[in-house]
Amino acid sequence: MTEADTETAPHAVRSSARRRYLLERDRVLGPLLLAPAVLYLIFVVGYPLVLAIMYAFSDVTVGSSKFDFVGLHTFKTAINDPNFPSVVAHTFIITGISQALVIVLCTVLAFVLAADFHGKWFVRFLVLMPWTTPVALGSIIWLWMLDSIFTPFDWFAQQLHVIPPGGHLVLLGHAGLATGSVIAVQTWRTLPLATVIVLAGLSSIPRDVEEQAEVDGAGFWRRLFGIQIPLLAPVILVAVLFGIVFTFTDMAVVFILTGGGPGNSTQVLASWAFYKGINGGNLGVGAADALFMFPVLLGLAAVVLKLASGRTEK
Amino acid sequence: MTGAVAAAAEATEPAGRPKSRSERSTRRAQTVRGRIGLYVLAFCFAVFCGFPFLWATITAFKTNQDLYTTGHNPFAFTQAPTLSHITSLFTSTPYLTFIANNVIIGLATVAITLVLGVPAAYALARLTGRWGVPVAIGIFVVYLVPPTLLFLPLSRVITVLGLQDSIWSLVVVYPGFTIPLSVWLLVGFFRSVPPDIEEQAQVDGYTRVGALVRVVLPLVAPGLFTVVVFTFTLTMQDFIYALAFVSSSSQMTVSVGVPTNLVRGDVFYWQSLMASAMIVAIPVAFVYNIFLRRFIQGFTLGAVKG
Repeated sequence: MTEADTETAPHAVRSSARRRYLLERDRVLGPLLLAPAVLYLIFVVGYPLVLAIMYAFSDVTVGSSKFDFVGLHTFKTAINDPNFPSVVAHTFIITGISQALVIVLCTVLAFVLAADFHGKWFVRFLVLMPWTTPVALGSIIWLWMLDSIFTPFDWFAQQLHVIPPGGHLVLLGHAGLATGSVIAVQTWRTLPLATVIVLAGLSSIPRDVEEQAEVDGAGFWRRLFGIQIPLLAPVILVAVLFGIVFTFTDMAVVFILTGGGPGNSTQVLASWAFYKGINGGNLGVGAADALFMFPVLLGLAAVVLKLASGRTEK
Repeated sequence: MTGAVAAAAEATEPAGRPKSRSERSTRRAQTVRGRIGLYVLAFCFAVFCGFPFLWATITAFKTNQDLYTTGHNPFAFTQAPTLSHITSLFTSTPYLTFIANNVIIGLATVAITLVLGVPAAYALARLTGRWGVPVAIGIFVVYLVPPTLLFLPLSRVITVLGLQDSIWSLVVVYPGFTIPLSVWLLVGFFRSVPPDIEEQAQVDGYTRVGALVRVVLPLVAPGLFTVVVFTFTLTMQDFIYALAFVSSSSQMTVSVGVPTNLVRGDVFYWQSLMASAMIVAIPVAFVYNIFLRRFIQGFTLGAVKG
């Protein structure tokens, strides 16, 4: 359309008409409409991201406005903290196990929700709730559900004679059980979004592929593992990428459920950065701790970019 | 799953291939087994996802004596259910203030997100040609930059802006994650509008911007509504920004106010806490269920070329 306009436009145009004409041009209007959003994102995401990196190389604290570059000193302080290696390990363990569970569970759940059965809307409603509930509120519900004295799991365990009557499991009191609890909550709250994404992918698999396989005599399991799951694999990957990002960088579940305890045994990078940076007042060390999440996020972003560009080329 | 598929296949079975009786009864047995398996799985998932909410709901209505006595079935009411903890949540805690703050923050964030996001998404869907797709993906990647990486420097930025301990600090930072997601969704919705419609509007004398406002926006109204809903609910999800920037109860959101402010000292008022969580969780879940299909549509359409 721009070319046609150029040909028919009179040579002597008044300036106001000219300005309006400029606004009609995609090359002018496009960036003009895009710029405010991009500038805003640079202000609230890009600039703080650069600041975060600068903080990690400085000795900045909450109280003072002093801002000196100290090279790798802050990173060394962060790494030399005796808790640091275990904090990194917990972050990977909690993310790895919970998202491995999500891969399996979201696939099964997507197949369940793709079928027709009585009461499906209610099951779907319940399945979505862990995602729709704000993470802090979901975590406080789990905190009460895992209470050391009043947890209903104690009653179940007593009925099954796993523990004696009046006994307690103290689910958040032991390092292993507390880590397991954090993994359970992360699995619980990231499963719905993953399922929803896989379900969308499942509905886009052409029906005739499945029917042809059925006519050819392929059984249920054969069709599942031979056709459907390979076709779904890219979608499952996308689903779990979101789960990994949201779990790896989350601090709310640990902060509310265990406070990083018992004895820092469930502390993850994000919660550790909060304790060091805000509670401890050492912005530099907190920023350095948080920045250790960055390489993993860059890798994940690269995978997302590759998937997205691959999808648009088709 | 097996059952449904098997039943469908049976119906479409070519007539030229008669089945023996034994083959048919095996099929039927498989179908029954499949149906049972389906219901068992659906039940297990419903329990895994829904059990915490069941427990929270039962708790909210229990009297102290009933709740804090162990030994009996914790799911049964040994005393009559009470509403007193829910009433006290509204009368003697700042819970309503938290909700009001969430509403103000949500509406203001929605406004900023729409004003900045709608033109940007339109530009990416229609005007930017070759580099539209990479920029759209770039903006989406911003959504993956986690608040836990940004909250420390942002707390400084908020202080410089003089917004510390105010809900407006959250209004400034929330568009950082609502704009990327909204732009992504909106690009998908804009692409679903055929370009001919706008061209026709321009032939009819509208300017490009005029065509966008008068012709295209009404067509993507359902998409815009979806974005409003998800932006609003996304602002309720945040925990770390609200925790780091706000400290007075008058400025707190539900997400931070409930776990920090409703716990007085070391005393947890569990019935009120559970009620406060469920009062927010149930309406939000209903809204998501209504808009889920459109959300998925936008979410998966965003990267597909129109």
